[in-house]
Amino acid sequence: MANILVVAEVVLGRVKKATLSAITFARQTGSPFSVLVLGTGARDAAAEVEAFGAQKVLVCDDASLADQVCERFAPTIAEVARKGFDVVVVTASSFGKDVAPRVAAKLGAGYAADIAGVASEGGTLVYKRPVFAGNAFAFCEITTATQVVSVRQSELPAAEPSGGASPREEVPLAAADPAAGRVEYIGLEAQKSERPDLGEARVIVSGGRALKEQFAQVLDPLANLLGAALGASRAACDAGYAPAELQVGQTGRVVAPQLYFAIGISGASQHLAGMKGSQTIVAVNKDAEAPIFQVADYGLVADLFVAVPQLVTELQKSQA
Amino acid sequence: MKILVSLKRVADPDNANKVKVTSGKIETTGLEWKPNPFDEYALETALRLTENGANTKARLGEVVVVTFGPKETETTLRAALATGADRAIRVDAADDTLDGDLVARALAALVAKEKPDLVLVGKQAVDGDANQVGQLLAEYLGWPQATFAGSIQSEGDKSLVVGREVDGGTLKLRVTLPAVVSVDLRIVAPKSVRSVHTPATHNYADGVRFAALMAIMAAKKKPLAEVKLADLAPDTALRIKYLRAELPPSRKAGIKVKSVEDLVQKLKTEAKVL
Repeated sequence: MANILVVAEVVLGRVKKATLSAITFARQTGSPFSVLVLGTGARDAAAEVEAFGAQKVLVCDDASLADQVCERFAPTIAEVARKGFDVVVVTASSFGKDVAPRVAAKLGAGYAADIAGVASEGGTLVYKRPVFAGNAFAFCEITTATQVVSVRQSELPAAEPSGGASPREEVPLAAADPAAGRVEYIGLEAQKSERPDLGEARVIVSGGRALKEQFAQVLDPLANLLGAALGASRAACDAGYAPAELQVGQTGRVVAPQLYFAIGISGASQHLAGMKGSQTIVAVNKDAEAPIFQVADYGLVADLFVAVPQLVTELQKSQA
Repeated sequence: MKILVSLKRVADPDNANKVKVTSGKIETTGLEWKPNPFDEYALETALRLTENGANTKARLGEVVVVTFGPKETETTLRAALATGADRAIRVDAADDTLDGDLVARALAALVAKEKPDLVLVGKQAVDGDANQVGQLLAEYLGWPQATFAGSIQSEGDKSLVVGREVDGGTLKLRVTLPAVVSVDLRIVAPKSVRSVHTPATHNYADGVRFAALMAIMAAKKKPLAEVKLADLAPDTALRIKYLRAELPPSRKAGIKVKSVEDLVQKLKTEAKVL
């Protein structure tokens, strides 16, 4: 039986929902687990993960962890892991993927990324992970005693609280890597948006290159109506019609909402890798042969500039 | 500036949907070897940082490319030399004797010998999709890392301002060299890389450059050294062991709806997602 350490991702004093998928992973191993909440505001954020049946909620709240500089986070994660943990679990977000290998190298641990499932086979944990842009799943084991994994939010459901309150323990901040002295955080440039995060949205409205300069003009009303996050294909981002952080695909975000609209997206394998786990997929495209229709539950062959406004009107009618 | 770039060959990513699984093993038979696209972007970035964009033949720095694999992977290195890299190193190893951690440890030993100012890597190889070598290498070297770079601006070749493509937007860091940078795809946009040599007004063609026929001939004369893996990493034990593979379940075929009204109706009553 392994002892699992789940590293919660804290952004602006809140625990990212992806952390709950990492907790699901920990539960699926059948082993006891603790959750490490580290970051600025971790003390308050820790309350969000105290009812999930963790042995302990470990808290490291420090002003030096306000910005996501992995040379500052990795030493504390490694230091905590050394206190009797066998498997360190992070979210497969840009933060988790940045820091996890660094932690693994410190611990002399093997690292497996983007885990989509786990099972114990004869006492050994076997990890399932997508390879070749999700065109195959590989099953692997890590041969070192200590192991580090990142877990895909789109593949493991968010854990539900199990009640109670895990005991809390403060853990000290470890000294930053000497290399941190050679990293200066300048800032995060993000589009101001009231929309939900792509990883947390129930509905995503994604657009492709076909939208041209009318990307926002056409998709905003639909997204607003549904409280959806906006997504985009690589082609739409490359052409500058949508900001890069909206990109869904092998490069970009991997998502699995309840409802995914692919508007004017042809469905390159690169894009499918990021959304084919969605529960219900709707595609609107004027090319009836577009590959997106092979994964769509509901396909509408139509001119999107006509169909999307119609869809908005129709939804407004049905909500009235 | 001296830059080390690591390159990996992968089964043709444009045909990754033709990957087969036979008796639990992934087979890429019939797929051509191609350079990993993100590694090509790393090479393009390295070339842009060590030249004047107007005259790319005049090299204003050194780019050393390295790959791990059997003799035939020298094709990947020769192609890199033809597009402008100055020197190549092949670390001799059979493909199935490698994992990301071993590659990172061997690269760390190579960096100790070569002493580059910067190591550039692709953010991930599109076969294993692990996204780890750059970060592991940075830790083994005790260097700062800037992953998923979508833009790089050199400040006197002493530090780099890197725009990292993260989930919430673009995160800007200034890293003092030497450092490890892993690149994302938008690094090859026309204005993504600004070296100390290239005027700020210069626009590159979008994407990676191609080798001219003359350069392909000339590349045959550029130095290509062979190094034994065991000389770089005495411990060649793998940390990850692949047991089996399977194809993902295919989505059941959907239907085409006739109209927007029909679509809304089905989303409400059939899929029950509205």
